[in-house]
Amino acid sequence: MAMTITEKILARASGKKTVKAGELINAKIDVVMCHDVTTPAAISMLIEKGIDKVFDKNKIVVTPDHFQPAKDIKSAELHKRLDEWAKRQKIKHYYKIGKAGVCHALLPEQGHIRPGEVIVGGDSHTCTYGAFAAFSTGIGSTDLAASIATGELWFRVPESIKFILNGKLPHGVYSKDVILAVITRIGVDGALYKAMEFVGPALKDMSMEARMTITNMAIEAGAKNGVIGFDSVTKKYLAAHLKDKKAYKVFESDADAEYSSVEEFDCAKIEPMVAMPHLPSNAVPISKCKGMAMDQAYIGSCTNGRIEDLRIVAKIFKGKEVKIRTIIVPATPVIWKQADDEGLFDVFYKAGCVISAPTCGACLGGFMGILASGEKCISTTNRNFVGRMGSPKSEVYLASPATAAASAIEGKLTDPRRYI
Amino acid sequence: MSKAHVYKRDHINTDEIIPARYLNTDNEQELARHCMEDLDAGFVKKLNKGDVIVAGDDFGCGSSREHAVWAIRGAGVATVIARTFARIFYRNAIDCGFYLIESKDAIERIADGDEVQIDYDKGIIEDKTNGQRIEFRPLPDFALEIIKDGGLLEHIKKRKS
Repeated sequence: MAMTITEKILARASGKKTVKAGELINAKIDVVMCHDVTTPAAISMLIEKGIDKVFDKNKIVVTPDHFQPAKDIKSAELHKRLDEWAKRQKIKHYYKIGKAGVCHALLPEQGHIRPGEVIVGGDSHTCTYGAFAAFSTGIGSTDLAASIATGELWFRVPESIKFILNGKLPHGVYSKDVILAVITRIGVDGALYKAMEFVGPALKDMSMEARMTITNMAIEAGAKNGVIGFDSVTKKYLAAHLKDKKAYKVFESDADAEYSSVEEFDCAKIEPMVAMPHLPSNAVPISKCKGMAMDQAYIGSCTNGRIEDLRIVAKIFKGKEVKIRTIIVPATPVIWKQADDEGLFDVFYKAGCVISAPTCGACLGGFMGILASGEKCISTTNRNFVGRMGSPKSEVYLASPATAAASAIEGKLTDPRRYI
Repeated sequence: MSKAHVYKRDHINTDEIIPARYLNTDNEQELARHCMEDLDAGFVKKLNKGDVIVAGDDFGCGSSREHAVWAIRGAGVATVIARTFARIFYRNAIDCGFYLIESKDAIERIADGDEVQIDYDKGIIEDKTNGQRIEFRPLPDFALEIIKDGGLLEHIKKRKS
């Protein structure tokens, strides 16, 4: 029976020869990602239910990220609970502050993501890891507790939508613009309960970092997972990053696999996009919104806080000054160090930006860049819901790092192509 | 009898249900005080225990924070009736034993403030204010089993023993 890559990975994980969309399965989990917001609750549940154990201390990856360094007493208490548990359970891959980073940037960078595997995490953007030909999905605290204790979880095998990304991205247009265009076409529930499978020639030229920006935002279309097939770019990244060098299994969709629908995009025609408040599906080309005054630019997050993003921003900022508050958040300590070594911090400092420690921070309205009422922020993050980055009366505009950087220089929404 | 709090909106998201500024705790009663705060600041005040929320498509989209379900449950909401639910919210609710109702037309047929009575087994919502009977398909068997056991963790414990 013909299967999609998502079906093949789930078939392997559930010990079956084949599975098909709609089927309920029990899958073995290869990696469980734990952070500071959803994990402490899962730990408390396990203790309360008398099943305080971990299925495999080597397969759980822990990093505080949302509110780290602790932003207040309550979040410090969350960190304390996470820390005590990780130490007590002798979790092998526990990234403490100094090594901790935004989870979805950290796990691939530290080599925890392998093709063909099933990864779950207590965070909706866990779908990021699908860029590595893996199945990964976000879960809540109860599912997390069950995964931690048993290493298994129930799933309904999702139907898949195929997104064919044709053509070549024009100068100044990035994978962020592509995913905003995709979500805007299908809507924030356009892929509800489904897998978003991305294929096509435009992906060939994209780095793993750029691909992760695409799968990261699959949840913004309601998807269960986003997935991109394996190729030489994936192979090279894994050779440089994988912790465990043992062979991994590469799955690919059969040519005659079934899709619930197919969407084609000519990437050559995509412009820099900006998602207007208050949905990621409200994106318009920059030509339709340029000139709107902004109060803050935020460059960071699991969507666009990687080294490649910071390089693009530094290139635009070089020799210039920003007109609005500009906050730069390298997503992991390794990215932070790399940016420093490459002289990017010097450029950011001279441009008048502030550089933060790795954290999810203001992306979700936590801290380090909260918006006041009436303020507008151009942000490289993934959500622009009401109140997402602060006051319910503030507004978030989502865009690529290049568009955010160009807008920071002019203090208003600006076409980045003028600066590249 | 339950009162219906109707929000004629799609994509009511987790940031509206429980803003991230309150995620520094996982205490259900604390979270409950801020339930729906960024959508309707007066929600908690007007809510009586056992009331229901009625909404459009994609209820609970966004974050994986189960805090959204806890805030709603903690505030005393008996169930959420929506045209569709976002995937993670739906899972989270089942996992913690909280019943959800998918109904294509409840949002059209129930007015804000109507008194409703729900028969979960038969799949019927009776709107006592306008006399309408709205049928819905009860949750699938596996979900009902989890809810009956008191949530996923109890379900797992029971299955293993």
